[in-house]
Amino acid sequence: MEITIQETVFFILAAVIVGCSILAVTTRRILRAATYLLFVLFATAGIYFQLNYSFLGAVQLTVYAGGITVLYVFSILLTSTDNRHIEKIKRSKVFAGLIAALAGAAICIFITVTHSFGSYHLTGGELPVDAIGKALMGTGKYQYLLPFELISVLLLACIVGGILIARKR
Amino acid sequence: MEYTLFILLLPLLTFFGLGLFGPKMKPCVAGIIGTVSLAIAAALAYFTAWDYFSAPRVDDVYATVVPFHVEWLHFTDKLHIDLGILLDPISVMMLVVITTVSLMVHIYSMGYMKGERGFQRYYAFLSLFSFSMLGLVVATNIFQTYIFWELVGVSSYLLIGFYYTKPEAVAASKKAFIVTRFADLGFLIGILLLSYFTKTFSFELLTSGDHSIFADAAGVTFLGGSVISWAVALVFIGCAGKSAMFPLHIWLPDAMEGPTPVSALIHAATMVVAGVYLVARLFPVYYFEAPEVLVMVAVVGAFTSLYAAVVACVQTDIKRVLAFSTISQIGFMMVALGVSGMEGHAGLGYMASMFHLFTHAMFKALLFLGAGAIIHAVHSNEMSHMGGLRRKMPITHITFLIACLAIAGIPPFSGFFSKDEILAACFEFSPVMGWTMSFIAALTAFYMFRLYYNIFWGKPAQHEHEPHEAPANMTVPLIVLAAITCIAGFIPFGHFITADGISYNIHLDWQVAGTSIVIACIAIGVATGMYRTGTSPVPGRLAERFRGVHTAAYHRFYIDEFYQFVTHKLIFGGISRPIAWFDRHVIDGAMNGLAWVAQKTSYAIRSLQSGQIQQYAFVFLLGTLIILVLVLYV
Amino acid sequence: MEIRMEYYLIISTIMLFAGIYGFFTRRNLLAVLISVELMLNSVDINFAVFNRYLFPEAMEGFFFALFAIGVSAAETAVAIAIIINIYRNIRNIQVKKLGTMKH
Repeated sequence: MEITIQETVFFILAAVIVGCSILAVTTRRILRAATYLLFVLFATAGIYFQLNYSFLGAVQLTVYAGGITVLYVFSILLTSTDNRHIEKIKRSKVFAGLIAALAGAAICIFITVTHSFGSYHLTGGELPVDAIGKALMGTGKYQYLLPFELISVLLLACIVGGILIARKR
Repeated sequence: MEYTLFILLLPLLTFFGLGLFGPKMKPCVAGIIGTVSLAIAAALAYFTAWDYFSAPRVDDVYATVVPFHVEWLHFTDKLHIDLGILLDPISVMMLVVITTVSLMVHIYSMGYMKGERGFQRYYAFLSLFSFSMLGLVVATNIFQTYIFWELVGVSSYLLIGFYYTKPEAVAASKKAFIVTRFADLGFLIGILLLSYFTKTFSFELLTSGDHSIFADAAGVTFLGGSVISWAVALVFIGCAGKSAMFPLHIWLPDAMEGPTPVSALIHAATMVVAGVYLVARLFPVYYFEAPEVLVMVAVVGAFTSLYAAVVACVQTDIKRVLAFSTISQIGFMMVALGVSGMEGHAGLGYMASMFHLFTHAMFKALLFLGAGAIIHAVHSNEMSHMGGLRRKMPITHITFLIACLAIAGIPPFSGFFSKDEILAACFEFSPVMGWTMSFIAALTAFYMFRLYYNIFWGKPAQHEHEPHEAPANMTVPLIVLAAITCIAGFIPFGHFITADGISYNIHLDWQVAGTSIVIACIAIGVATGMYRTGTSPVPGRLAERFRGVHTAAYHRFYIDEFYQFVTHKLIFGGISRPIAWFDRHVIDGAMNGLAWVAQKTSYAIRSLQSGQIQQYAFVFLLGTLIILVLVLYV
Repeated sequence: MEIRMEYYLIISTIMLFAGIYGFFTRRNLLAVLISVELMLNSVDINFAVFNRYLFPEAMEGFFFALFAIGVSAAETAVAIAIIINIYRNIRNIQVKKLGTMKH
């Protein structure tokens, strides 16, 4: 059984995602958590590329990895007065959270593995950008002008709200 | 005669006008509005009387006129509550009495109440009272009477408590209200019984002499009395409460805490005779259906009269003396009704009662107004602070003397005639009753002249400033009332008002009249001897000799204390306290227990509601997982 | 040999529960927010994977992931604005200290 390049890339991405996700939530230092998050987001973008969703991967990179993470880093730097301060977490709380998370993960993975999804194949090539553009700008069936406008209004509201909340009084 | 409606409406409108806009007016404007409106009402009442009595008689009887009538509440075809105006001889007479006395009091109050706080309020209440009292006497049915009966109770309450900053006035107003309310409970039950069995409220039907409307009640008995007897006895309890008959008289002496003109109007001349009036109004029912209750009326009246007369002899507060005198005189009226028959000469008592009601209203109002003028001058109610006022207050002195002579029964003043008729009726009923009432008449003469001499004769007391005669707006009503007192006795009363409506010529029974004059003169003579100089040792020695009786009488034979004992010790202690204990410990205890359980439970589970979103999310996740497992694998 | 779809799903599940664990245990508001981002991201992966494997000719999963990225960007922006404001008020962004905001 030979290992294809696809699989190699996938396993690397999977390892990065799993490792960095866990590290992001277990590290004591908040700046490190943000960095691990960045790695997870990068790897996720990789998965999108692997699924031939290049546009989604690009969006993931620019919005998430490029925008949001930078926002996190800045806010962390703004709000952490004492970098050496390491948050302590109550042992019982960790234990409870761990049990719940592991139990949930176990149940979900068990369901995923045992469920039969029928036959499926990774088909179709790269999703063309003009198809995406037409679907976004159209008003017909399976076209998304309304959600697009909605999200644009939402973003505008967020800009206004963000400025309003964060500005100095 | 539709204009009679305005006799009622004018005071009502004045009440609303003064009540709503009074505080914005100058006091004298409010007083003038009240007085003028009542003067118009009085003029209308006189005109009504003229109109009514000048109309030709039908079957030798003055016709009953109903100039205004509306159906207010409809229960069945026969049983409905109406509002209306019923004019018959006694209601027309009452209209005249009420408006006259009320007008005099209105004028008098302009002087007496001058500068008082709440002057406008006072006039508003006077108007309300006048309206209610007039409505009471012209009621077409017993339920309307009841409505106005309560209204006069309210206005009396408001006026007794006029000086509401004085604790005694507040206590007195409450006492008056509660005692009369208590009696009114009997009245209401009486009305309900009566209307249940006769299917009507209407006075005209009840007093028509038609026995058939009482047919339903025939054979229904309770504790040995027929149901109609019980009903009218209960109605009489209401009358006794309002007219201060023993043992419900306790509120009237305390009611003197109100302004003196109010005492004159409400607690001497008009409201307190409402009970007498109602008994007179229902007289045929009493006479034909419940003669034994009529005897009870006579006995209660006589006993009250005697009791009040004895108490009046030893009181020192002049308004209290007058209050007990009022109770005693109302007793006279009740006795007269109680001993009365129906036809012709037998109906003498009824006529005498109404006659006495009329004359008494005038001279008792005069006495109270005179007392008010005296109090106004010396700023005290106590006899010991008076004395020797006859030179300083000549008009008051003369008018007061006229009233005293009238109430003592000296001719030619009005009281002589009416009291003499009552005594004659009593002698016809039974000699015992006759002599009892004569004795009371003597007592009346005695205590009235004791009062008179103590005020106007004897040695002058020291005053901060010299007493002087009252202003004109106070003396004019005195003079008017005195004039009426002088001439009212010559009114041929039997021509207008008799039990059966048929004209009857009063003729003095000189045997009775002579006796009563002699008795009155002796009593006056005794009073003169004892009190004229104010230095006689006799009263003190007598008080010493009969110390027990004197003290008991001074404390009104401890009736108030008895009530105090019954209410506070027996009712409060025996019933209210255990109920309060039960309420506090059992009912409240159960509620507190519930609250305690809820509180403890809340304390126990409140950590679940920590406000920590992470904790909620944790529980939420666990719940989701459990549901997931349950849905998929169970 | 193509990669099985379940592998992707397992990865996203692990990422989701890592986020949940972080959401329960972390006390710093920003760390809690990072955990939320992890959860959102795992959902995006699921959308894309299902779309690609099960309904290759449709685009709903794709667009849902796209819009979810937009929404999460908006959410982050507002959340961070609030956090900065809180920090300015109480000089702290520990979850436990937020109770002092009520007083």
